[in-house]
Amino acid sequence: MTHLPFIAVAYALGILVPVAYAVAAFARMGAAKRKLAVIDPRAARDGG
Amino acid sequence: MSSSAPRSLHRFANPGQFLRLSGAILPYLSVAALVTMAAGLGWGLFVSPADYQQGDAVRIMYVHVPSAWLASAGYTGLAVCSVMSLIWRHPLADLAAAEISPVGAGFTALCLATGSLWGKPMWGAWWVWDARLTSVLVLFFLYIGHIALVRAFDDPTRGYRAGAILALVGVVNLPIIKFSVEWWNTLHQPASITLTGAPAMAPAMLWPLLVSAIGYTLVFAAIVIARTRAAVMERRIRALLMARAASEGGA
Repeated sequence: MTHLPFIAVAYALGILVPVAYAVAAFARMGAAKRKLAVIDPRAARDGG
Repeated sequence: MSSSAPRSLHRFANPGQFLRLSGAILPYLSVAALVTMAAGLGWGLFVSPADYQQGDAVRIMYVHVPSAWLASAGYTGLAVCSVMSLIWRHPLADLAAAEISPVGAGFTALCLATGSLWGKPMWGAWWVWDARLTSVLVLFFLYIGHIALVRAFDDPTRGYRAGAILALVGVVNLPIIKFSVEWWNTLHQPASITLTGAPAMAPAMLWPLLVSAIGYTLVFAAIVIARTRAAVMERRIRALLMARAASEGGA
C-alpha cells in the first residue's frame, strides 16, 4: 500500500475524533441522568 | 407555512417531549451509526480500488469527504437552530446550537487535518492558502467564535442570542466554501459529486464513500442528540436545585 503513514494517521484520527466525542457525550448524559434521578426521580423516569 | 406548522414544531421541540423521543431513538441511532461508519471505513480501506494517479492515498477521501460535508452540514444545523432561537426564542434551539458548535468544530478540525495528510503526498505541501482550504479554516474559527461567545456572558440567554447572530452572519461562508473551487483557481480539486450531474467517480469508490458519509452523519447526529439530552437534564437539575434553595431560604 502506497502512502501508508498518511493513510494510517488519517484513519486513526477519523476513528478517534468521533469516538472521543461520543464517549464524552454519553458519559455526560449518564452523569446528568444519575444526578437527576437523585434530585427528582419522577423527572428521570419520564425520559430524563 | 401554515399556522399549525410552528405549533407542531414547538410540540416536538418541547424539552420533555425531546427527552422522551430522543431516549427512544438514540440507542438504535448509535448502533446504526457505528455499524455504518465501520462498514464505510472498512470498505474504503480494504476493498475499494486504489486510484490510478494518487495510488492508495485516495483512501483518505473516505474520512476527509464525510468530515468536510459534516463541517458544512453542522454549521447549517447551527444556523437553523439560531433562526429558531431568534424568531421563536425556543430554549431547546439555544441548547442544541450550543451543543452543535463543539462537535462541528471537531469535525472541521478533522477535515483540515485529513486534508493536510492528503495534500502532503499529492501536492507536496501540508498547507496552501488556497480558497477552499482558507474558507474551511474560517469555518473552524466561526465555530470557535460561537463556542466562546455563548460562554462569554453571565446571563446564558444573552450568550445564546449573541451566538445566534454570529452563526447567522457566518452563513455567508457556506456558499463561499461550496463554490470556492469554481470561483477561484484553486489547487483543491472541484466537486466529484453534484446534485445535477453524473458523479466523476467510479462506482467502486462512490459507494464506499456514500456509506462512510452516511455513517459519519449518523455518528454526528447521535453525538449532538446525546449532548443536547445531557444539556436539557443539566438545566433541569439547576432549576430544581434553585427552586429547592429558594424554598429553603423562604421557609
